[in-house]
Amino acid sequence: MSNARPSADDRKFRIGTGIFAAVVLLIVIGIGVELTRQSLLSIQKFGMSFWKGTTWDPVAGEFGALPFIWGTLYSGLLALLLSTPIALGIAIYVSELSPRLLRQPLTYLTELLAAIPSIVYGLWGVFVLVPIVRKIELWTPDVLRKTPLFKGPPLGVGMLAAALILAVMVIPFSSSVAREILKNVPAAQREAAYALGATRWEAIKVAMGYGKTGIIGAVMLGFGRALGETMAVTMVIGNSPQVSASLFAPQYTMAAVIANEFTEAADELYLHALIEIGLLLFVITIIVNIVSRLLIWSMKKRVVRRVPVAPVAEAQPA
Amino acid sequence: MNSRSAQCLLLAAVLVAGCQRSEAPQSAPTNGASSSNGGATIQIQGAGATFPNPIYSKWFDEYRKAHPNVLINYQAIGSGGGIKQLSAQTVFFGASDGPMTDDQLKAAGRPILHFPTVLGGVVPIYDIPGVTQQINFSGDVLANIYLGKITKWNDPAIAKINAGVNFPATDIAVVHRSDGSGTTYIFADYLSKVSPEFKQKVGVNTALSWPAGVGAKGSDGVAGLVKQTPGAIGYVELIYALQNKIPYGAVQNKAGDFVVATLDSVTAAANAAAATMPDDFRVSITNSDAKGAYPLASFTWLLLDQNPSDKARGRIMSDFVLWAITDGQKLVPELGYAPLPASVVEKEKEALKKIQL
Repeated sequence: MSNARPSADDRKFRIGTGIFAAVVLLIVIGIGVELTRQSLLSIQKFGMSFWKGTTWDPVAGEFGALPFIWGTLYSGLLALLLSTPIALGIAIYVSELSPRLLRQPLTYLTELLAAIPSIVYGLWGVFVLVPIVRKIELWTPDVLRKTPLFKGPPLGVGMLAAALILAVMVIPFSSSVAREILKNVPAAQREAAYALGATRWEAIKVAMGYGKTGIIGAVMLGFGRALGETMAVTMVIGNSPQVSASLFAPQYTMAAVIANEFTEAADELYLHALIEIGLLLFVITIIVNIVSRLLIWSMKKRVVRRVPVAPVAEAQPA
Repeated sequence: MNSRSAQCLLLAAVLVAGCQRSEAPQSAPTNGASSSNGGATIQIQGAGATFPNPIYSKWFDEYRKAHPNVLINYQAIGSGGGIKQLSAQTVFFGASDGPMTDDQLKAAGRPILHFPTVLGGVVPIYDIPGVTQQINFSGDVLANIYLGKITKWNDPAIAKINAGVNFPATDIAVVHRSDGSGTTYIFADYLSKVSPEFKQKVGVNTALSWPAGVGAKGSDGVAGLVKQTPGAIGYVELIYALQNKIPYGAVQNKAGDFVVATLDSVTAAANAAAATMPDDFRVSITNSDAKGAYPLASFTWLLLDQNPSDKARGRIMSDFVLWAITDGQKLVPELGYAPLPASVVEKEKEALKKIQL
């Protein structure tokens, strides 16, 4: 390449790569447009009541998405509650406390969890996790079993199994982002804490406080991941559309109902209703991802040195 | 240097074009034809039901051995998908576990013929702690279990038709298919015939709004869940129960007999229906009133155009169906399907002549 007109070359290069970047945007917009177009029948027929309806009856042609929205958000939230302490524990240990020798293997092992295909998680769920959950359910005293949180037959499959499996799947995502955030907290913060006579625990608390928003963003990214998970969840959640607070009750998620019913949906309205579920999931996932990105960005602005945050895979319906 | 950036732009343009095209994937109807006639290999595309996929794969394979220039390509995407793609003419033939409805035929906008190819039976499988005998189910009992009205195994309604069996007071864990399936269609079709309440509350379809129980994905999912859950009941194709060695019950037919599913008792149900078989073969043979006929039985159908757009391919498919319902039936039992009764085969031979070639 000649150096005669570097500026012209640079411009072309910028335009070229800019087009690639635009492709991503086009794909997202294209998906949104196409999902809307393919679900028009259902949008026209049910309107906003699609969000609120609790009946999903392909025979009668009546479709409401609330049980699926509920199941998706509830399982995602529970997974978050279960995974956040563990993910943060891993992040703190790896970035602050672990011997240098252990750091790489630990990082590698947590990230390996993200590489396991979800069907493998699902099989593990069906054959190992579900029988364990059933035992837990059988051990639960009757007094508790009568409360809304633990109602329902001891089947093993249900919300608890789904939340547990999602938690395991989410841990590598939130822990690796949280680790990067902690690593990027300026050393001056910790040094100042130590200078004031802080213990190790107190210094870590200071660092955590500094990276608070970024850590919340990391957790939200994990949430986005949990919302889109399909295969493993549908294998253990029990696939029964109902709005229930019970951890033992079989429930259903948006991604799962699409995976389950799409192939045999011959009726037009039925198909459009399923695609509208996809549209809702798309919208919800986008909102969650935007919020988490914004939180991470607002954190990065406060960091004195500009350090890149580790790339993290977006939530993707498998 | 300019050529390099031009290359870059070109590549980007190709990608953008590819992206735009992917938004309308079925814009060009290929009609399943991917090579022209002549000496070259003729490819025929089909799509549909998953249940007959093993026997169809075997048949297409055997047929290719006898006709090396014909390659039949079958995608097991589900009955609903098969009907949809045939209607849209993106495949040359379809396959379904349930006959097309009048609405679906109207939507297709051209005459489509049904050809029964094999039969399948659906069995109720169970895991009841302490019970080793084969137990009996009546339609009423099954319907009430799946409606959530019978909730314990020691319910008097179950004990009444199973004299001598000592049932535990275990809760019944109801398992159904969560994915749309022809198996569900056959099961619900039978229950709707015997229970007006089931027909009114649940109805017949490949996917249903179940009042009770949990959904498991696929026949193997149902079999797996029933096997590891004490007190569970589920329903699967006969072949899955045999392969997984899960106990399954006898089911009462309209004649009042409790019949165990075997290839013979499934074929018997088809034989009994042969006399009253409509000319388009769109018939449900569940709840047979013939002696010894298994009530949870059904045909599975190949769907062909009556007036194929491509006569050469039409002739091949017609020849294939003729072979499948005659010589091809010998391959059927070893894969766990019940063969067609001779009376139905004869009627189909007549129907094949309707195809305009």
